[in-house]
Amino acid sequence: MGKKKGTTKKGWKQEIAHNWPLYVMILPSFILAVIFCYIPMGGLVMAFQDYKPWLGISGSQFVGMDQFKQIFMFKESYQAIINTLIIAVAKIIFGLIVPIVMALLLNEVKNVGLKKGIQTLVYLPHFLSWITVAGMLRDILGLDGIVNAFLQKLGMDPIFFLGEAGMFRQIVVLSDLWKGFGFGMIVYLAAISNIDQSLYEAAEMDGANRWQQTLHITIPSIMPMIIVMATLSLGNVLNAGFDQIFNLYSPLTYSTGDIIDTYVYRQSLVNGQYSFGTAVGLFKSGVGLLLTAIAYKLAYKFAGYRIF
Amino acid sequence: MRRVSTSRKIFIVLNTVFLVFMALICVLPLVNLFAISLSGKAAANSGAVTFWPVDFTTMAYQKTFQNANFLRSIMIAVARTILGTLLSMFVIVTAGYALSKDFRGRTPLMWFFVFTMLFSGGLIPSYLVNSALGLKNNFWVYIIPGAFSCYNLILIMNFFKSIPKALEEAALVDGANFFQILWKIFLPLSKAGLATVALFIMVGNWNEWFTGILYMSDTKNYPLASFLQVIVVQGNQQDLALDPTSAAAMSERTIKAAQVFIGALPILLVYPFLQKHFAKGIVMGAVKE
Repeated sequence: MGKKKGTTKKGWKQEIAHNWPLYVMILPSFILAVIFCYIPMGGLVMAFQDYKPWLGISGSQFVGMDQFKQIFMFKESYQAIINTLIIAVAKIIFGLIVPIVMALLLNEVKNVGLKKGIQTLVYLPHFLSWITVAGMLRDILGLDGIVNAFLQKLGMDPIFFLGEAGMFRQIVVLSDLWKGFGFGMIVYLAAISNIDQSLYEAAEMDGANRWQQTLHITIPSIMPMIIVMATLSLGNVLNAGFDQIFNLYSPLTYSTGDIIDTYVYRQSLVNGQYSFGTAVGLFKSGVGLLLTAIAYKLAYKFAGYRIF
Repeated sequence: MRRVSTSRKIFIVLNTVFLVFMALICVLPLVNLFAISLSGKAAANSGAVTFWPVDFTTMAYQKTFQNANFLRSIMIAVARTILGTLLSMFVIVTAGYALSKDFRGRTPLMWFFVFTMLFSGGLIPSYLVNSALGLKNNFWVYIIPGAFSCYNLILIMNFFKSIPKALEEAALVDGANFFQILWKIFLPLSKAGLATVALFIMVGNWNEWFTGILYMSDTKNYPLASFLQVIVVQGNQQDLALDPTSAAAMSERTIKAAQVFIGALPILLVYPFLQKHFAKGIVMGAVKE
C-alpha cells in the first residue's frame, strides 16, 4: 500500500466511481462495529486506572499495572482462573471426542429413517437457551426432582446436587456435553458423507471388515476436520461458559464453579470495582486473542483452514 | 453385504440401542418438564411425575396467562426478536454481499471486522459505552448493540461467493447496479441459506437474557428470557402471583415448569424448519471454496 502514490490516487478515484455502492453497503456494519466493538476496546484503559464513575475515564487516576498485580494476589480471582481453566479444558476435551465417536457410531446405522430420527433429537438441545436448561436441571436435580426420587427408591438419601461444590464441575461439563454433542457431530457427519464410496468397496474386496474400514478409511478421511476443530477449540481455553454457570452456581459452589466471567460480573457490576473487573476481563481477552491467533495459524498450517 | 458375521449383528443391535438411548436422553428432560407443568400439586411436589402428567390439570398454564407481567415480557420478546432479526439481516446481508466482491480495501476491511471476533472490550467498557449512548432502560438496547455479528457476516458472504460470477457480470452488462443485483439475483438465489441464518438470529434473540438483567432497572421491561431467568434462578414468588385458592391446586414448581416450557415453545416450533436447512447451511458456510 502507498508504494506508488500517483497511481494509487487515480486508482482510488476510479474505484470509488465504480464501486461506491459496495462501500455504502458496508457502512452500517462498519459504524456498528466502531461504536459497539472498537470504542469499548478503547475503554480498556480503565484497567490501568482507578476508575471512579463520577470522575469518568478522563478524570480517573492512572495506577499502572496495580489492578493486574491484584488478580493473582486475591484468592478469589486466582481461584476463578483455575476453575475457568479446569472447566473449559474438560469441556474442550469431551466436546471434541464425544461428537467424533457419536458421528462414527451413527454412520453405522444404515436405516435412513432411524438415522434421521436420532439426528433430529440430538441436535435439539443446542437451540434451547441456558435459562431453559438451567430451569430443567434445577428441577431434575432438586431435592424433589426425578433423580432424587430415583435415589430414594434405591434406599439412598437425597442429595442437593447443585449445592455440592464437589459435584459442580461435573454437572457443568456433563450438561454442556448434553447440550452440544449432537450439534458438534454435524461437521463430522458432513465430512463422512463426502468420503468416496469406492474406497469402501475396494477395502471390502480386499476383505477388510467394518472396524478396519473405519480405522483406515473413515478416520483418516475426517482427520483434517478433526484437526481444524481441535485447533480452533484452543481459543476457548478461558471460555468456561458464562450463560451456563451464572444460571447454575450459588455461593455454595463458588469455590469450584466461579469462573472469570462470573467473577468479573460480581466484582464490577455488583461490588462496583470497575477497574479491577476490567483488568480481569482484559487479562482474559488478551490471553484469548493470543490463543485464537495461534489456533488459526495452526489450523491454517495443518489443514489449510482460513477464516475468510 | 454378502455375509454378516454374528459379531457384526451384535454390534448393530447394541449400537442402535445405545444411539436411541442417547437420543432419548436429549429430549426426556423436556418431556419431564412438560409433564410436571401439567400435573397436580401433590404429585409434582412429591416427585412422582416422570414422563406423563399425574392428576392432569392445565391450571398452571391458565394462571401463567393471567399474569400481566408474563404477557408483557412475551410481547417485548416478540418485538425484539422481529426488529432485532430484521436489522441484523439488513446490516449483514448488505455488508456480506459487498465483501463477497473483489474491490480495493476489501482485505483491510475484512480484518477490521474479523478482529471484532477475536478481541473485545469486555463487559464493563461495553456497559459504559451503551449507558453513555442512552441505552440504559431503553428498548433499543435489545436491538442495536447486537445487530452486527462478524460470524454471521462471514456465513452470508460465503453463501454469496458460491453464486456463479457469470450471473452478476451479465446483469452488470445489462446496466443493473449493485443494489439491483443484490435484490433481484443474490437474495432469491440464496433464500435457503439466508433463512437459516435468519432463524439462527431469531433463536439467539429469543433466548438472549443478559441484556435485560444488565440494562433494565424495572423488571417490567424484561423480555421473556430475562423474566424467566429471574424465576428460574432467584425463584421469584411474587411473579408467580399465587393466591390462596389457586395455591391449593398448583405449586410454584408446576407454574415454573409451565413458564419455562412456554419459553422454549417457540424454539420447538421453528425447530423443524431450522433442522431442515442448518446442517447444509453450516457446512456450506464453514467449508468453502
